[in-house]
Amino acid sequence: MNVLWLQSAGCGGCTMSLLCAEDPNLFDTLGDAGVSFLWHPALSVETGAEVAAILKAVETGELPLDVLCVEGSIVTGPKGTGKYHMLSGTGRAMLDWVRALAPMARHVVAVGSCAAYGGITAAGGNPAGAIGLQYDGHHTGGALPDDFRSRSGLPVINVAGCPTHPAWVTETLLLLAADLMGEGDLDRYRRPRFYADHLVHHGCTKNEYYEYKASARELSELGCMMEHLGCVGTQAVGDCNIRPWNGEGSCTRGGYPCIACTSPEFEEPGHSYTETPTIAGIPVGLPSDMPKAWFMALASLSKAATPKRIDVNAHSDRIRVAPAPKREK
Amino acid sequence: MSERQLLVGPFNRVEGDLEIRLEVADGRVSAAYANSPLFRGFEMMLTGRDPRDALTITPRICGICSISQSAAAALALADASGAEMPEQGALAASLLHGVENLADHVTHFALFFMPDMARPAYAGRPWHARAVAEFTAQQGSVARALVEARARLFHIVGLLGGKWPHTLAIQPAGVTRTPDARDKVRIQTTLRAFRRVLEQQMFGAPLEEFVALETVAALDGWDRGAAGLFLEIAADLGLAAMGRGTGRYLSAGAYPMPEGRATRAGVWDAGEVRPFDPSEVVEDLSHAWMLGGAAHPSQGVTEPDEDMRDGAYSWCKAPRLDGRTVEVGALARQVVDGHPLALALATEAGVRARIAGRLLEIARTQIWLEDWAARLDPSARFMGTWEVPKDGAGVGLVEAARGTLGHWLSIGKGTIAGYQIVAPTTWNFSPRDADGVPGPVEAALVGAPVGAEETTPLSVQHIVRSFDPCMVCTVH
Repeated sequence: MNVLWLQSAGCGGCTMSLLCAEDPNLFDTLGDAGVSFLWHPALSVETGAEVAAILKAVETGELPLDVLCVEGSIVTGPKGTGKYHMLSGTGRAMLDWVRALAPMARHVVAVGSCAAYGGITAAGGNPAGAIGLQYDGHHTGGALPDDFRSRSGLPVINVAGCPTHPAWVTETLLLLAADLMGEGDLDRYRRPRFYADHLVHHGCTKNEYYEYKASARELSELGCMMEHLGCVGTQAVGDCNIRPWNGEGSCTRGGYPCIACTSPEFEEPGHSYTETPTIAGIPVGLPSDMPKAWFMALASLSKAATPKRIDVNAHSDRIRVAPAPKREK
Repeated sequence: MSERQLLVGPFNRVEGDLEIRLEVADGRVSAAYANSPLFRGFEMMLTGRDPRDALTITPRICGICSISQSAAAALALADASGAEMPEQGALAASLLHGVENLADHVTHFALFFMPDMARPAYAGRPWHARAVAEFTAQQGSVARALVEARARLFHIVGLLGGKWPHTLAIQPAGVTRTPDARDKVRIQTTLRAFRRVLEQQMFGAPLEEFVALETVAALDGWDRGAAGLFLEIAADLGLAAMGRGTGRYLSAGAYPMPEGRATRAGVWDAGEVRPFDPSEVVEDLSHAWMLGGAAHPSQGVTEPDEDMRDGAYSWCKAPRLDGRTVEVGALARQVVDGHPLALALATEAGVRARIAGRLLEIARTQIWLEDWAARLDPSARFMGTWEVPKDGAGVGLVEAARGTLGHWLSIGKGTIAGYQIVAPTTWNFSPRDADGVPGPVEAALVGAPVGAEETTPLSVQHIVRSFDPCMVCTVH
């Protein structure tokens, strides 16, 4: 299975993250499964005219393409021309290239939230007119129309994340190579369900603090970051705390909130990323599938029942009170 | 006299999108124009937001210099608010940043620069078979070993900073995660493993031996590891004389700590070092698709020219220091810091000097990281307190892998009133200024040999990649 990878208007961080693939390394993970890069902007030797020839051969159908991966948003500015991003050396806007190449691919994969939905490149008034491959924020229809289907019959597969976990990308490609990914394996925003059916909350090491609503007030405190610090891990999809990042990490383990970077329009939460807005003292954005009254009742009960250990540790930068085994009491 | 024009792109194995237009006369580049063909507008996105949002948004300017952007934003906010990091917080922030810089240098050498040496065009050279075995793109044995080691090195960021890229761990008043003693020994273990790979693959010797080199003759005599392979290639291809820069170097000093920065700040020009005065920075817009006049970054605005007027050719502004171009990067940093080998290479200033400067910094950074990890004190505070001011201004200057990075921030009524970023590659890959003076890479390309059949000249590729450009930072 060959893969053509284009970097559109983004930061390149999804490729940098991809290079952090382990067990085995990126090249073995893909190579051993017969996945090869037809061209990748950071990894392939071909440059300049050599690349232009590859793109042309794909566009004309002379060179069959299995997977088109696009990293980065597609910019449409200025004035709908897409000229804010010309693919260098070709005299053509990336917008134009993507529209020309996508129909030639058996599968089209948007790598990262920019390519999927517009992402951070669409923040703050969206100066460059950034959109996703097949979405513009929450709405379907992006650089490619809502009814676009690649040669396999699938819509664009949105491996959303900012950045993407290396395994989200490699496993999507491995599943495609094994013919094991169909439309039913994508969620409502067309993210692969193997990671999007989990919440960042699952496996979060702050879960005990969450249970008691023992909340951190400042970054670096150990408590749950939902009440004050903007954390939306109870609503955000991703297996970040089940299968950690870079060895043992995740945002919440690093001591800062989940900002739902796998979601459309995460770039505009409507408030500071690290502060939870409240209405009459009640945090907005409670877990999405839990009745609010029930949540509030549970929260006030659990707050009242918070053990001293959890209360002290929640407001500390390190564990100060250790769990006490029963027989020592 | 034969003349022709070449348009080189897509220019890959650089971070982001780059297009180089060349004028070629009698088999040599007579003029070069560097175009950054992508505009995103991060400075515009930041205006009007809560100042703390800069810590989340600016790392996403660049996926390879993400921590550098984060560190610069944290410093700018600290400058505006008076926040200070506790000593151990600054140490942890430097560890995070140093890991990124070290990894970026290794990525550049193994994945961006060396694969060109395995090209069939060099078949028959005495070193070619080894270059093919060790550095063929995606296949080379040494490249693969280094990529694997790089992934493990980032476990330090996973542990201390949650993830890489795009960590939010570095804050104006410290870091969000307090390491314990177990974390400290884990970090040290990861570093020892990385040193082993560097010594086996990259240098073929203890790092201290490479750091002890003081002269070009001693460098010429280095024949061990991948560094030895590079130096053999450099000698054979004449990379020392290829792509010579102006020999003016800038560094803001890397890794701010309570005792001062780990490397010196300054401007090196013809053997003299003078202090770096950030007030001398002016961004010229004459050849950029940007509206407005030349300005200091604290006064600058970002307004794209939607008509992409004739005469301009890049989305990159042209920063000048006291009216002149300067080169930034690992070589510049090591020269300004006064390392003897870097000083010996300062006037050579070509492809070999830049790569050797990076190799030197790889060895030195590994040693610094080991020192900082040993100094971690799990009993200390890693985070202080700070408040966002209603009004104020601040500047954050750091050294990214590719050179000096500055964030100029102003806050009004509690939100961001202005935000200007001057990235390393903005310096190195700037277009011409109002006086028609080309940017550093444009100047360095003049004289590069171009074969009659070449459309994407190898010499141009070596020169451009020797700067390790990061175009996504450049055009933010």
